Amino acid sequence: MSQTLAEKFYYLMKLGREFEIRCKEEYLKGNISGFLHLAIGEEAVHVGAVVGFGKGDLFCPYREHVLALARGIDPKLIMAELFGKATGVSKGKGGSMHLYEPKMDFYGGNAIVAAHLPHAVGAAYARKLMGEKAGVLCIFGDGATNNGTFFEAINMANLWEVPVLFLCENNYYAIGTHVSRSSALKDIYLKARDYMPAEVVDGMDVFAVYEAVVRAKQYIEEYGKPYFIEAHTYRFEGHSMADKGDYRSPRELEMFRKRDPIDLLLKKAYKEGWLTEEQVRLIDQKVEAVVEGAVEFALSSPEPSEEELYTDLYCGVCSDVIP
Amino acid sequence: MLYRDALNLALDYAMEHDPRVVVLGEDVGFYGGNYKVTDGLYVKYGPKRVIDTPIAENSIVGTAIGMALMGLRPVAEIMTVNFAMLAMDQFVNQMAKLRYMSGGKLFLPLVVRMPQGVAKQLASQHSQSLEHFFASVPGLYVFCASDSISAYHGLLHAIRMDDPVVFLEHVLLYGMDFPFEYVKNFDPFKARILKEGKDITVVSYLKMVHDTLKACEWLEERDGISCEVIDLISLRPIDFETIYESVRKTHRLVVVYEAPKTLGLGAELSARVCEELFYYLDAPPLRIAGEEVPIPYNRKLELMAIPTPEKIYERILSWSKSHGL
Repeated sequence: MSQTLAEKFYYLMKLGREFEIRCKEEYLKGNISGFLHLAIGEEAVHVGAVVGFGKGDLFCPYREHVLALARGIDPKLIMAELFGKATGVSKGKGGSMHLYEPKMDFYGGNAIVAAHLPHAVGAAYARKLMGEKAGVLCIFGDGATNNGTFFEAINMANLWEVPVLFLCENNYYAIGTHVSRSSALKDIYLKARDYMPAEVVDGMDVFAVYEAVVRAKQYIEEYGKPYFIEAHTYRFEGHSMADKGDYRSPRELEMFRKRDPIDLLLKKAYKEGWLTEEQVRLIDQKVEAVVEGAVEFALSSPEPSEEELYTDLYCGVCSDVIP
Repeated sequence: MLYRDALNLALDYAMEHDPRVVVLGEDVGFYGGNYKVTDGLYVKYGPKRVIDTPIAENSIVGTAIGMALMGLRPVAEIMTVNFAMLAMDQFVNQMAKLRYMSGGKLFLPLVVRMPQGVAKQLASQHSQSLEHFFASVPGLYVFCASDSISAYHGLLHAIRMDDPVVFLEHVLLYGMDFPFEYVKNFDPFKARILKEGKDITVVSYLKMVHDTLKACEWLEERDGISCEVIDLISLRPIDFETIYESVRKTHRLVVVYEAPKTLGLGAELSARVCEELFYYLDAPPLRIAGEEVPIPYNRKLELMAIPTPEKIYERILSWSKSHGL
């Protein structure tokens, strides 16, 4: 079990990492534009959470490429979306912050901090009302927990007893403001602890995130109630491509780079004998091919047609979109 | 039938015939609704489908969006448009855009209904008309109900639609009694001609429709001026064709609305008519609207701030005289 998991985690984390390194290159070449928020350094939270949660609805913030990849959305369609092409997962109308695939229960991608928290609560309410047991996973950053919508959402989730797993990825910075300068409570899980079970997990350890999320999911689905996890992680890049991240000291960066989640995973996997160097080499080759294929697909894809400016505003009757 | 009863009947009908319809908002359940629009639904459909929410407008609309994404058909009530200001992110950034940004992958069968307008001495944080805020956002539909027929059929139509609708009611209409009938194939996108006339086209919506009708009766009786009165049910999109057709006949346009004149619906309607029908016009369009002030508490000042039947009558009369009618 741990062996297959280790392989899966390594593939998805490496895919996320290489995909985003390539995004950065393509951004500098001018193929990708707009705001581009990379999750380099945060792969363990994204992959551990999505794999651990398994089936169920996902509501994500704007830093969601790796979350979308981990959910299984085709990297080609994600890259094409970043290129703004017609073949993109949102037809080139959403971009980096707006990836959606309802067929895979993936509901974004949201560019407004904390705005998707009530969506997750409403979705969980709906699932429960319709007699489904499936819980909802709602991921957001530490910055979101200082917004009023966060408190509205955890209050409603508790009050209405809905199965939502709130997962805060605390990377210590709300854009450029350190958590100690933006949050009166520095231990973020304490903000939720009076409303629901809340715990802290090492967000650099994919196994730790995975195990916590599996346990939390069992809880929310068994009791039909919310749960809160704070995962400590770090982004190695700036907030977006527009941010050099120089509000952080080289020493701090170095300290966290020593805890690179992919290195930590490999170290553990080698030690336990879950992965061999040969396997890793093969996965790396596969990742390289997938990322290259995604860029080629995006480059060769057509621009949206001019009519697309006016489509998808209203649907009239669209009940056939989702079964 | 009372306007509030028509709305209640529409909700009841929708909930009875479609288990996906849920109602949520502050005090809508056990309490029965602050304007009693949801009265009786809690007992009939239970607390799971008639959901009392905390006072958290942003999340009322936000949770309704999540419910709609999962296939429910939520009808959220915001107690008054004044409180909708707290939810503008969910209205503008979320409700209106999720479909477009997802390239058509998401859809939101969602209605948010709320009253607006000036009642009696509620002061400025409880008295305002903000229809132009919502009507200026692509991705939303904005409906208005001026009487029991448009309330019942308009709301029912909105609930059946797969797109997000902002449904505006007027505080002073809830207790008013209007003739009611079931209309086959009611089309909320079609403006209604409430009174035919040949000299002036007068366009309005919500409560001002009734003040306009009264003023137009006086104009006809006392001054022999014949007005065609048009009631807009949908403010996004606007049924310009019905307005154009009427102006082609009357050659004159008046727009009456309660919101402050500047940048209101009257600016849009008169600009459109000037753009499209300039050479048909025998007079520059006239806007009769609210003053550029927050609504004061004092009754005398309050009435000075908004159009009344008397003011509408006087303004149209003097305007028509100075333009050769």
